[in-house]
Amino acid sequence: MERRTIFRGWLLPVAFVLPQLLLTFFFFLWPAGQAIYASMTRQDAFGIRTQFVGAENFTDLFSDPLYLDSIRRTVVFSASVAVLSMAVALLLAVFADREIRGRGLYRTLLIWPYAIAPAIAAVLWVLLLHPQIGWIGHGLRALGIHWDYKLDGAQAMLAVILASAWKQVSYNFIFFLAGLQSIPRAVIEAARMDGARGWRRFRTITFPLLAPTTFFLIVVNVVYAAFDTFGTIRALTRGGPGKATETLVYKVYVDGVENQNLGSSSAQSVVLMLAVILLTAIQFRYMGRKTER
Amino acid sequence: MMASLKLEGLRKSFGATKVLHGIDLELASGEMLVIVGASGCGKSTLLRLVAGLEEPTAGRIVLDGRDVANLDPAERDIAMVFQNYALYPHMSVFDNMAYGLKIRRLSTAEIRKRVEEAADMLGLRPLLDRKPRQLSGGQRQRVAMGRAIVRHPKLFLFDEPLSNLDAKLRVTMRAEIKRLQRRMGVTSLYVTHDQVEAMTLGDRLLVLHQGVPVQLATPMEVFERPADIYVAGFIGAPAMNLLPARLAAGGTAAQLDAGPLVPFADGRRAGADGMKLTVGIRPEHVALVAEGGLALQVDLVEPLGSETVLIGRLPDGEMLSIKLAGAAPPEETVHVAIPPPNLHVFDAATGLRLEPRG
Repeated sequence: MERRTIFRGWLLPVAFVLPQLLLTFFFFLWPAGQAIYASMTRQDAFGIRTQFVGAENFTDLFSDPLYLDSIRRTVVFSASVAVLSMAVALLLAVFADREIRGRGLYRTLLIWPYAIAPAIAAVLWVLLLHPQIGWIGHGLRALGIHWDYKLDGAQAMLAVILASAWKQVSYNFIFFLAGLQSIPRAVIEAARMDGARGWRRFRTITFPLLAPTTFFLIVVNVVYAAFDTFGTIRALTRGGPGKATETLVYKVYVDGVENQNLGSSSAQSVVLMLAVILLTAIQFRYMGRKTER
Repeated sequence: MMASLKLEGLRKSFGATKVLHGIDLELASGEMLVIVGASGCGKSTLLRLVAGLEEPTAGRIVLDGRDVANLDPAERDIAMVFQNYALYPHMSVFDNMAYGLKIRRLSTAEIRKRVEEAADMLGLRPLLDRKPRQLSGGQRQRVAMGRAIVRHPKLFLFDEPLSNLDAKLRVTMRAEIKRLQRRMGVTSLYVTHDQVEAMTLGDRLLVLHQGVPVQLATPMEVFERPADIYVAGFIGAPAMNLLPARLAAGGTAAQLDAGPLVPFADGRRAGADGMKLTVGIRPEHVALVAEGGLALQVDLVEPLGSETVLIGRLPDGEMLSIKLAGAAPPEETVHVAIPPPNLHVFDAATGLRLEPRG
């Protein structure tokens, strides 16, 4: 049943909505508008004169090999983070879904990493992976592997992928666990009666029934990896060595804040904004269709 | 494939809670046994033990000469029809039925043949490409049946398969299940709380009460000679009237607390005069008399069309229901008599049926 309250007049409803509208305006619409405007301007080297250049920043961007490299890097990074964090989360969720002793504690502990700030999480990983003081880094070197993510680009990428994926496992775990628990027990039991066991039952029954959850998480994880990992990368590698871990979001920061190229940096953030809008639209459309049936 | 089933001393506890207190049971090949009881009596647990979905605390489950009690369901060759059908929502009707066969690595041709055979038997042929959500409740029920049939299992298990259907469909499907089971001759265990299903479907009934088997007999025997007060009250609708009484006249009659002395038509019962009894009489056996007998203050009239149920109070406050052919008399007080041949006699202390001596 739909519950609806009818307000008389307009003052009260406006008062209810106003705080959210103000937040949206000051923290989203205004900066977004400024970014869009700035993306179509160019400043001289001293920031004295600003000139309107239309779409030139964008066309420059897509003909810049450094930018295209960063896109490629971001795709690899996002896909790796999404796959790794979802796979680990799904495995943990399958275990947590079973009847085991201490299940409550196990679940609670798994949710903790989500509550940790990205920079703190990154510091934890620094302490683990550092070639000299980190025990993983130290151990790898003891095994004869030349581990130094501050010098080796591939190792640096691996480190930021690990740290970013680890932080997202909790979130994915919660959704996968909820998804698993919403599968009717009887359906799983019917499969058992039909003779399906272990991996086969998971592959043919459980996993297909998790499809809506999985799709939702793919979008969320890609968005997270692509746009929400600045803090982790900043604390762990600062985009380096070289540009080895400079994803699109990190590049916005480097170009805008460090290199003071506001026009290009703004153009890049507008591109990212469009990407987020696109991903969100895909997700809403798909979820909308799911709920209609 | 026909198989016999034997349960020996089957027990189940969940923690400290005892759910089943030792079930011994033997099913002949091709027999349909209905397990009936109120909710919480352990009947579903019993079925799940046989299925292999729960592990027994003690006891043996011998299927076709082999103890399967500790085997995975996959190794038991048993098919089960679930209460809420439990169809695989992401698979077509065909794939739902074919799933168990694919796992058993049957050839594609054999799978197709078996599924189509079952589909024809159940009238599902035009629906094979549909998904479960595109089916009505009755059609889903058929698919669940089909999924069990195609397996050609040693044993069918039915867990209240009709309880989610509307009344009319339930009657049709009930008849269909009986026909199919007869035709295929597969040994079956059928769990229900519905006594009409139990009476109509079972070759034999097992009445469970709080995890204890109280009676195992043919439906008519259970109806005509209930083993104790629980069975007497559970089987038959409206429920049997149970009236307090005492043994009298040297064990040849019951002195009802409500007044009359009813002689036993079938012989005397053991026990001293004055022993507390519970006397049962089915509502359809209570007779209306013009005068005399017991006065019944009518509280409620339930017309059912071809018959009418009257529920009222005897002078001592005991409830009594009567089932009459045709319409109810208009009076607020009617006179009833209890015909001796239809009396059931139970020991009030133990609840057990008292049979005539020798």
